Amino acid sequence: MRLLNRSAGRLSRHRRGPLAGLVVLVLGLLLTGGLYAALAPAQADTDADQEALVQEGRELFLIGCAFCHGQNGEGVLTQGGSQYGPALTDVGAAAVDFQVGTGRMPMAQPGAQAPRKEVVYTQDEIAALSAYVASLGTGPAIPDADLYDTDKPGDLNGDGKQDDKDKELLVVRGGQIFLANCTACHNFEGSGGAMPRGGFAPKIRGVDSKHIYEAMLTGPQSMDTFSDGNIPPEDKKAVIAYLETLDEAPSYSGFTLGSLGPVSEGIIAWVGGIGVLVGFAVWIAAHTTRSSKKKDEAAA
Amino acid sequence: MSVDVSKVATTNGTQPATGAKGPKAAGAIANWADERLGLGTAMKKNLRKVFPDHWSFMLGEIALWSFVVLLLTGVFLTLWFDPSMTEIQYDGSYDPLRGVHMSSAMASTLEISFDVRGGLLMRQMHHWAAMIFIASMMIHMMRVYFTGAFRKPRELNWVIGCLLLLLGTIEGFTGYSLPDDLLSGTGVRAADGFMKASPVVGTYMSFFLFGGEFPGDSIIPRFYAMHILLIPAILLALVAAHMLLLVYHKHTQWPGPGRTEENVVGYPMLPVYAAKAGGFFFIVFGVITLLGGLFSLNAVWKYGPYDPSKVTAGSQPDWYMGWPDGLLRIIPPWETHIWGVTFSWNVIIPILVMPPLMLMVLMALPFIESWVTGDKREHHLLQRPRNAPTRTAIMVALMTFYGLSWAAGGNDIIAIKMDLSINQITYFLRAAVFIGPVIAYIVTKRWCISLQRHDEEKLLHGYESGVLVRSPEGGYAEKHLPLPEGKAYTLTARDDDPKPETVDEVEASGLQGRKLRIRKLRARLQAAFFADNVQKPTAEELHEAQHHAEHELHELESQIAAGPNRHGPSEDH
Repeated sequence: MRLLNRSAGRLSRHRRGPLAGLVVLVLGLLLTGGLYAALAPAQADTDADQEALVQEGRELFLIGCAFCHGQNGEGVLTQGGSQYGPALTDVGAAAVDFQVGTGRMPMAQPGAQAPRKEVVYTQDEIAALSAYVASLGTGPAIPDADLYDTDKPGDLNGDGKQDDKDKELLVVRGGQIFLANCTACHNFEGSGGAMPRGGFAPKIRGVDSKHIYEAMLTGPQSMDTFSDGNIPPEDKKAVIAYLETLDEAPSYSGFTLGSLGPVSEGIIAWVGGIGVLVGFAVWIAAHTTRSSKKKDEAAA
Repeated sequence: MSVDVSKVATTNGTQPATGAKGPKAAGAIANWADERLGLGTAMKKNLRKVFPDHWSFMLGEIALWSFVVLLLTGVFLTLWFDPSMTEIQYDGSYDPLRGVHMSSAMASTLEISFDVRGGLLMRQMHHWAAMIFIASMMIHMMRVYFTGAFRKPRELNWVIGCLLLLLGTIEGFTGYSLPDDLLSGTGVRAADGFMKASPVVGTYMSFFLFGGEFPGDSIIPRFYAMHILLIPAILLALVAAHMLLLVYHKHTQWPGPGRTEENVVGYPMLPVYAAKAGGFFFIVFGVITLLGGLFSLNAVWKYGPYDPSKVTAGSQPDWYMGWPDGLLRIIPPWETHIWGVTFSWNVIIPILVMPPLMLMVLMALPFIESWVTGDKREHHLLQRPRNAPTRTAIMVALMTFYGLSWAAGGNDIIAIKMDLSINQITYFLRAAVFIGPVIAYIVTKRWCISLQRHDEEKLLHGYESGVLVRSPEGGYAEKHLPLPEGKAYTLTARDDDPKPETVDEVEASGLQGRKLRIRKLRARLQAAFFADNVQKPTAEELHEAQHHAEHELHELESQIAAGPNRHGPSEDH
């Protein structure tokens, strides 16, 4: 104890020395740095990976996207001042994952709207691009699979477990949200609809659940953004569940004719109804009484 | 297997084989009924009533038979449908709507679709039959118009037909609205808006019909009463009147050898025509059943219950309301504000003005035509469309207007399916609804006149025989042979157009003032109506042509007899 007191006393004599502050600072930094290095090695690796991913994404971006969206995703204006390629600084990873993951980007040609087409980039490349664009600013991240996994509907009826009954409730809820928010543009069965000036609300049947979720989250092209404050994540999942039900359900009523509503029904009424019946009328009128086939032919 | 020999004759004598029991029994019943009801006298004539045979005469039958299907399937549907707007919670078989609040009408429609055996088939058959009912009325009307069958004495039957078309459309609209689903509710909301667009009385009318502010809770029961009681009763009465007049006037027929304005050539009601018509009923029933079973129509469970806050893309009315909807879609947003009152011309013109106007034009067509042509004679022989070029052209112009407006009603579907801009479609159609009918009129009229010339050519120079003859100079010519007499008769069995009154003649008539002006207008219209028509050849021309043809035929025969091309054809033709 004495010894300790003595050495402490000796140390404390230097406590006001000119180098004391520096030494304490260096010791403190070494300690925190050492502790951090010892306790969080994985995190440091991810950072490095992330950086590499962002770097890879940047390289892809410069080749495939920068021509329209600018070298740093700041967007490009035409000489007339209209937008050539919008700024991507705050769109987030979800937007990139949606646009590139459904083949909409890169565009094959300028037009009223980028249509869904064959996907050009691999999953890894899409991830890199998303990471790069996400690094440019804020914006929603790519949603976790749990958010759109409709097999986990949550305990909606409050009986303490997740089962088919919950899923049914989810589907019913989703159908009502779908009819209130989506059908005005996308049609009652998600078959798509027209938008002004050559635009269109695309068909949303048979689309990956993740992409539907991202579309709601980011509002691509002329679509509104349905933020989580607007349609909460569980309601987004409900909409996806309803769309899945539409895909899975049999057509109870026969051929649906593209599920476009009364226009295609009218065409069937005229072609398949009146057209066929007039054909029969011609047939009936062409066949008239005869006592024997031979005689009829002789008369003809 | 044993053979029944009880009816086989047992001798070679003059007695007939044993008669079957059936006919005797039927005869006894017929006799019993005849003695009490006097059916024999009534039926004697009507069972032998003659109907001419042509496919186009059966178009109205499609309407009649689909109406029968409508009555049958409609009765089935009334057994389950609950026309009430009471809000209930759905608890039927269709999972994605279970627990959703909806009107009883919608819930019972879902019940018919999913829980009643054969209900969905019946619902779809009823709806398909309605679509076909109105479509067949329209093509029947086209046939009657294009062949001139609306002329005296049948003008009133034409008017009845137009009323049937109107009532069919209203019946269709009320029926389509009954399920109270999102699509039909949107349609009813649109109808509410149309009513409210009427100046001054609009809001009163809407509140009167809906029993208060839209949607209220009376509209479905009211539509139901109209749909199953009021309109079908009027429809039935008018159908009966339409057909009684048909029997009274006798059916029109195409001209041909042996057919005159005084007779009807065809087959008797029994057994031929009854079999044909009866058979056609089953064909119509069958086609509608196939449609109902195979093609989806108005899948209300996808639309969900009506909710004023919801709407779906592709909200169109059924096809027969498509054309006013199309006009509504393409009209520019014209409005006038006077003293705080808004006149929505963009609703008034396409919805409140155009359909009634179109109907009135249709009803007036026979009267306008007979006024212009001055033709007040009875007509039982039909005209080919080419022999009345102006009439044909008028209807084709109207049809073009209808068709373009109709296309406008589907502008969104056209846009997405053909990758077009909905704006450009709209701009195009705004011009096309005016220009299209004019082009159609001119093209049709000239086309008809060309066909008339073709007929004249056939009469005077014969038909193309397909026999090619090479002249010594190496030129080729096709020989024409005279038409068979029957065909030539049919082509010439038409009246010459009257010689139009000239304006000078009218002025010389000594009329004064308004009467003079009207007569002058009529003279001008008459001249335009018959302008450039080709009249049938005169007897002398035909005789001359026949002589010429005989000569040619003779020459051809001698050429063929002489062997290929040893003698050239003469130079005189």
